[in-house]
Amino acid sequence: MRNTPITRFTGRAAPLMIDNIDTDQIIPSREIKSVGRDGLSDGLFAAWRYNDEQARHPNPDFILNKPGFAQAIVLLTGRNFGCGSSREHAVWTLKEYGIRAVVAGSFGEIFFDNCVRNGILPIIIDIKTVRKLAEHAGRDADNEITIDLEQQHLAMGDTGSGFAIGAYAKRLLLEGLDPIDLTLKDQSKIDAFEARDRRDRPWIYDGPV
Amino acid sequence: MRQATTLFDKLWAMHRIADSGDGAELLALDRVFLHERTGGVALKALAEENRSVRSPDRVWAIMDHVVSFREDRDRDESRSPGGEQFILETRQRAHAAGIGLIDTDDQRQGIVHVVTPELGLALPGMTIVCPDSHTCSLGALGALAWGIGSSQAEHAMATRSLRVQKPKQMRVCVDGVCSPDIGAKDVALHLIATHGAAGGNRCAIEFTGEAVSSMGVEERLTLCNMAVEFSAFTGVIAPDEATFRYIKGRKYSPQKEQWTQALDHWRALKTDAGAIFDHEISIRAQDVFPTVTWGTSPEEACPLDQDVPLDANPRALDYMGLKPGQCLSNLPIKGVFIGSCTNGRLSDLRAAAEVLRDRKVADGLRAVCVPGSRLVRKQAEAEGLDRVFKQAGFEWGAPACAMCFYAGGETFAPGDRVVSSTNRNFEGRQGPGVRTHLASPATVAASAVAGRITSARSVMGTA
Repeated sequence: MRNTPITRFTGRAAPLMIDNIDTDQIIPSREIKSVGRDGLSDGLFAAWRYNDEQARHPNPDFILNKPGFAQAIVLLTGRNFGCGSSREHAVWTLKEYGIRAVVAGSFGEIFFDNCVRNGILPIIIDIKTVRKLAEHAGRDADNEITIDLEQQHLAMGDTGSGFAIGAYAKRLLLEGLDPIDLTLKDQSKIDAFEARDRRDRPWIYDGPV
Repeated sequence: MRQATTLFDKLWAMHRIADSGDGAELLALDRVFLHERTGGVALKALAEENRSVRSPDRVWAIMDHVVSFREDRDRDESRSPGGEQFILETRQRAHAAGIGLIDTDDQRQGIVHVVTPELGLALPGMTIVCPDSHTCSLGALGALAWGIGSSQAEHAMATRSLRVQKPKQMRVCVDGVCSPDIGAKDVALHLIATHGAAGGNRCAIEFTGEAVSSMGVEERLTLCNMAVEFSAFTGVIAPDEATFRYIKGRKYSPQKEQWTQALDHWRALKTDAGAIFDHEISIRAQDVFPTVTWGTSPEEACPLDQDVPLDANPRALDYMGLKPGQCLSNLPIKGVFIGSCTNGRLSDLRAAAEVLRDRKVADGLRAVCVPGSRLVRKQAEAEGLDRVFKQAGFEWGAPACAMCFYAGGETFAPGDRVVSSTNRNFEGRQGPGVRTHLASPATVAASAVAGRITSARSVMGTA
């Protein structure tokens, strides 16, 4: 699956400065109702976003329900965001909602990779800088953030920061590449590996049938 | 002289197909495991893109996540509203793709991370991926096993490989020997409480030390299972004679000359003396006590005879209905659950049954035990453990992930305090408003008897 390439964009950012926000919180399992990748965004942060989940009565205190923040395209959050279950639905939900980047102190490993596969930019920066950005964003929804993947730099108001990202992840995001297509170009290398490996470790290949 | 390398380095090098030149390396995968909750969607997407599974005989789908745990469940019965379609879709897609399928009514069925070691589908030296975060459990066998997303599972099935950036490496050494009433779960919670839920972030962790090598394979599976709660890429333990004894004769383990050949290969899977890790952590077994979580992250844990920390996260305390400085032991509880990929194996059921024998769970408390697989259940029944659980007042369920996580359907009531042998105490994990305290199976059983959070020591009168 190809994604829309990410280069440079500017938009609103929603501060959600809590550590260890897990994928059950991003999309509770009960909100995953069909075998597919869509129809999920209503369930985003369901336990926090609604006072009554069944009736979908919004909780006015939750950031995405505050004036102006429903249109956020960037999330600013704490450490270990997306920890827990590997469910890619967490990323599909954020994407369907319109989130294009998540800026955090750190990420759950699988969530980070899931973001990259789906064209969401996960950015790790110093937690103090995230807090500064969050403070600025929280003051006024019109305080927009600009993120430049090519330059690996983000800025909001007078706060700016560079960020590191692996070259493979950057390439997938910048070009919106399909990782399977990319790997299938190495088919001959995979075949050669298997032919050699089959001699060294036949039990991997012969059984079980 | 050859440079000293770690077990992880060896596993990595053995599977490296190519260096992509962009920080990631292409790794060959020996097994792909799926379950119906995230595997069905991967199989569906693959088929819709007109891609085939490259080596279907090395891919297995196992039903566990939303399967009903009712003792006499029907074949398609789910515990979650609408969950049947995940079972049906995965079954149909698995047949169409020609991959291995362990269906709801199969005698081999159970939780994927319980079933794959006990069948010999997961073996030392293998690379194994599964769209499930607790795939790291299988590192206990000396395999390089890690959890992935559904898109990566598609990639893994279509190419039998994944592009991965090599993680940093950490060694966690557990020195000394744990006292007999301390389980691997206590060790894991102690580690996470001491170093934080992000303490192992993006690291491959090798667990070593006397306490680890003296653990049985099932306990090692528990320890590695919790590596993801430590934010690790995975956990791994060098295979030893205990591992080989565990594997030998399993349904799909190598046989005859291939067994000998495999054994030679597996014996070389260990870290060389002098190998360098990026991080080293050492914990003393004697410092590990029966441990219980008090908050909403596995890092919010302490020995159960201690108080909630004075500087505890207020948000977590509010959810859990606790106050700073409050004593954990003797907190009244409404329910208990024993099961899951963390603590749903035979040794876990034995540890719980030892506490429950000739005792009853407290009045008004709901107690549920769901063995991790049909094989575990059958063995437990052969030992009479089912009678111990039932006579104590436990429900005895059919193998599934069950109450480890809520997926709609029936569960404990909002506000209920529950002691659970599972892996996550996140807000709402076991149901809206349910207050989960993670603990070892022995602690869960003891708490069930007392109707309050308590240790096996105090229930069994050896304190």
